[in-house]
Amino acid sequence: MITAVELGLLYALMALGVYLTFRILEFADLTVDGGFTTGAAVAGVSIVNGVDPLVASGAAFVAGLGAGTITGLLHTKANIDGLLAGILTQIALYSINLRIMGKPNISLLREDTLFSGLRASGHLGGSSYVGIGILSLVALAFLALIIWFLHTDLGLAMRATGDNSEMIRSFGVSTDAQKILGLALSNGLVALSGSLVAQYQGFADSTMGIGMIVAGLASVIIGQAIFGRLTVFRAAFAVVVGSVLYRVVIFLALKAGLNPNDTKIISAVLVVLALVLPQMGFFKRIPARFRPRNGAQTAATGGTVDDPVAPSESDAEPAAAPKEQ
Amino acid sequence: MLQLTGISKTFFPGTVNERRALVDIDLHLKERDFVTVIGSNGAGKSTLLNIVSGSIRADQGTVAIGGRDVTKLTDFQCASYIGRVFQNPSAGTAPHMTIKENLAVAQQRGRRRGLRLAVTKARREQFKQELATLEQGLENRLDDWVGLLSGGQRQSLSLLMATFTHPQILLLDEHTAALDPQRAALVTRLTAELVERHHLTTLMVTHNMEQALTMGNRLIMMHQGKIIMDVAGEEKAAMKVPDLLAAFENIRGAELSDRTLLA
Repeated sequence: MITAVELGLLYALMALGVYLTFRILEFADLTVDGGFTTGAAVAGVSIVNGVDPLVASGAAFVAGLGAGTITGLLHTKANIDGLLAGILTQIALYSINLRIMGKPNISLLREDTLFSGLRASGHLGGSSYVGIGILSLVALAFLALIIWFLHTDLGLAMRATGDNSEMIRSFGVSTDAQKILGLALSNGLVALSGSLVAQYQGFADSTMGIGMIVAGLASVIIGQAIFGRLTVFRAAFAVVVGSVLYRVVIFLALKAGLNPNDTKIISAVLVVLALVLPQMGFFKRIPARFRPRNGAQTAATGGTVDDPVAPSESDAEPAAAPKEQ
Repeated sequence: MLQLTGISKTFFPGTVNERRALVDIDLHLKERDFVTVIGSNGAGKSTLLNIVSGSIRADQGTVAIGGRDVTKLTDFQCASYIGRVFQNPSAGTAPHMTIKENLAVAQQRGRRRGLRLAVTKARREQFKQELATLEQGLENRLDDWVGLLSGGQRQSLSLLMATFTHPQILLLDEHTAALDPQRAALVTRLTAELVERHHLTTLMVTHNMEQALTMGNRLIMMHQGKIIMDVAGEEKAAMKVPDLLAAFENIRGAELSDRTLLA
C-alpha cells in the first residue's frame, strides 16, 4: 500500500502534465506513452554513466520538452490532427528510446539515484511513512508551480487558448505558440516523472510507458470527478490525489487476485467508469460546496440566461458552465 | 489612421462558386473617425472587417494602420493595434475564466506575456473601476466565471475588453445583432461612451439602419463588394432611414434594369 502511494505521488507529475494538455489545452496528447519512457531512458543512461542523478532527471525533463515540441510542431505547423501528431511522435520515440538505452532495459539497482539514500535507510517502499512525506512535498511543490504558472500572464494566455482560441487571438496571442509551449511543458513533466519512476523502481524499460496516457487520463478524470474542477487550484490538486487513488485502486485490484497483466484493462475500465458514472442520475447531484461562488446562478450552456435562476437543491446539473478548468 | 488602398478579394477563384467579395476598395479613416458600414448580405462588409483585422488576406491592395503597413500580418499580429467585438457574445470572452482573468488577458494586448501573476491588487482595483463604468454591477463579480454572465453582460464585457487598452482601431462586427432590443440599446449606448472616452477610431458593421445613422460621423453603404455611398458630417446627420431605403431601392432598380437590358 505504501509503495502504491509513493508511486502515485511520482506518477502525479505525469498526471499534471496530462492535465495541462487534456484539460487546459483540450488536446488529447498521445506523446505521453513515448515521452515517459524517454525520460526514464535518458535518466537511466545518464546515471549509469556516472552523471549526478539530479542532473540526469533534469536532462529527462529537457528531453520531454523536446518530444512535446515535436508533437506541437507537427500539429500546428504541419497541420496534422492532434491525435495523429501525438501517435506519430510516440511511435518514433519508441525507436529513439531503444537507441538511447542501447538495449531494452537498464538496471539502476546498484547506481546512485535520487532515492538510493532513502532506500538504504529503509524509508522507502514498505515500513516507513517518511518516503510518502518526502514524495508528497515533491508532488506538492510541482503542483504549486503549475497552479502559479496558470495564474501568470503567460498561463492565462494558455488557458484562454484552450477555452476560446478566437478570443485570445484577437488579443494578440499566437495560439500555435501556446499549444507548442503547453505540449512541451506537459511532456517535460511526463519525462521527469518517467525518470523518477525508473530511479524508484531501479530500472528503465523500453515498454514502461505503454498505457501511460490512459493512466494519466484516469488520474485526471477520477480526481476531478471526486474533487471537481471549478478552479485551477482545485482541478490541479484533484489530479495529484487522483494519481495516488489510481495507484491504490490498481494495488487493491492486484491484491484481490488479479494478474499484473490485467492492469491495463483495469485502467481502461476505471476511465470509462469515471466518465460514465457522472452522467447517471444518482451521481448528478453535486454537493453544494462544489458549486460556483455567489452561486445562486446557473448558466445555460452558452451563458445566455439573463436573470439568475436559482437551481433547486437536488438537481444542479453537472454540466453547469464553470466546471471545467 | 486606417488606410485601405485598392483592396480586392475573391473567394473560390476559378470555380463555379467564385465570388468577388471586395472589388478595388479604397477607404481612409482619419483619427477618431467613427464609420458605420451598412449593406445587404454578401455586400462584403464582414470581409472588409476581416481583412483589416488580418483574419483573411486580401488578394490585392494594402492595409495600413497608423502609417504602418499591416497587409501581411496575421490576426494575432494585427491585434496589437486592433480591438474587436464579434457578433456572437460568446466569441469575445473566455467562459471558463473569471471576469478579472478575462480583463487581465485583455490588458496584455500587444504586450509580452511573461511569468508575472496576472491579477495583482492594483489591477483588481483598476478592473473594478473599469467595470463600474458598465453600470451592471459586474465590479462586484470579479471572481465569477464569465460563462455565468448573460449575453448582454458578456457583450458589454467584450466591449470593455476591446476598448480599455486604447487600440488604434476598434472593429465592431454587428455586435448588437444577437441581443434583445433592450440589451442592444444598452450595448449601443456603452459603445458610444467608450469610443468617446478612449478617443477611438472605429469601423462598425451593422444591419440596423437607425443605428448606422445615429452613431458615428460617417456612413458607408456597400453593395457587391463596392462602396456605393459615402456620407459624412452634416450630410449624414441630415439623413433619415427612408433616404437609406431609397438608396437601397435605387441599387436594386439599377440591377433589375441591367438584367432586363441584357435579356
